[in-house]
Amino acid sequence: MERIPVLRMGSLLLVTIQVDMHDKLALQLQDDITQRISDFGSTGVLIDISSLEIVDSFIGRMLANIAAMSRVLGAEAVVVGMQPAVAITLVELGMSLPGVRTALSVEAGMELLMSAVAKAARGWEDDRPQT
Amino acid sequence: MNQLAEIISRNEDKIRAEWIDGMTRSVQRADLISKAELDEQCGALLGAIVAGVKSSAPTDVSAASWESARELLQSISASRARQGFSPVDVATFVLSLKQPLFASIRDTLKGSQDEMFKTVWAATELLDRLALITTEAYMATREELITRQQQELLELSTPVVKLWDGILALPIIGTLDSSRTQMVMESLLQTVVATNSKYAIIDITGVPTVDTLVAQHLLKTITAARLMGAECIISGVRPQIAQTIVHLGINLEDVVTKAKLSDAFALALDRSGRTVTRKDGVRASANPISTLLEKREE
Repeated sequence: MERIPVLRMGSLLLVTIQVDMHDKLALQLQDDITQRISDFGSTGVLIDISSLEIVDSFIGRMLANIAAMSRVLGAEAVVVGMQPAVAITLVELGMSLPGVRTALSVEAGMELLMSAVAKAARGWEDDRPQT
Repeated sequence: MNQLAEIISRNEDKIRAEWIDGMTRSVQRADLISKAELDEQCGALLGAIVAGVKSSAPTDVSAASWESARELLQSISASRARQGFSPVDVATFVLSLKQPLFASIRDTLKGSQDEMFKTVWAATELLDRLALITTEAYMATREELITRQQQELLELSTPVVKLWDGILALPIIGTLDSSRTQMVMESLLQTVVATNSKYAIIDITGVPTVDTLVAQHLLKTITAARLMGAECIISGVRPQIAQTIVHLGINLEDVVTKAKLSDAFALALDRSGRTVTRKDGVRASANPISTLLEKREE
């Protein structure tokens, strides 16, 4: 069965979607990512969708779900490299993915992810009661 | 063979000579078309009409036997429409054939009034239909011209310019409708990818009115850009437009808006970690935002 690889880079996870997504593959990916985050204790997930050319509402919701699930598991998620046609399609479908961080390229996404992870860690420290 | 066909084919040369002569005197626009070209067109058309009236459907111009005459008229009308003739000129080209044709009919059928009336009526009907074809073809050519110009206007009016490395500007001139928004959105997103720009400034100084529909289109574009990882700033909001937006209850709270393009540019520079300083150091300032603030405090 085909699978989308979830690569581990230190405390981060790197996912590159190179094939057209179908519903089963999307659910499999969702399982894999959540499993890996909890296995490795990852603090960030970078999803590169620059080769993804066709989306539907299910895939759109899956992207939003993965971001939300990662947050619940204590990891920040960034989606990078969305194609113009994909962005237009999602907007026309009424999915603005409000909770999802986005970046233009893997490089910019990595930077954003690092700062988000650092901010999350700082935020946790800030939340601790002052003694 | 019917009377009309017989008369036309027998007097073809005479009719053509009189026709061209009459046209040269009354309607020919020497500045737009040469005599030789006119001669050629008249000869070809009369030949096609003769072929048509000789066929089994002498007055039915939509029949297959009139195909060549129809095509000829259409191409003549189309070329004349492009040359700048008026529709009256184009229709008169065909209608002026009536006079020489009627004269020939009168000469031939002097004796019988009934026959003459019948033939004249058939000829009138025929020429009127042919004239209508020219008008239709003329209109079609013009329509095509207008559609093409609209398309060109649409493409010309959505330029995306690069202001700085990673900062784009999109000045929108004219009203935003659905088809235009689609185009604006596409060209903006393509350029964002091509130039790897993180900031896009949408300048709406040239948009005459902003209603809920225009705002919705703008928000769609901004959301699509955000999905790709670019940030949009709206600039050029005029005071009246700001009032309209608030009165209509349009929610632009998630979007950064600025009054001037320069303000938006300063913000984009600041966010991308750049500063602007004066070369001579007279009033060097740390960043563009503080310059703006200082200016306001003065």
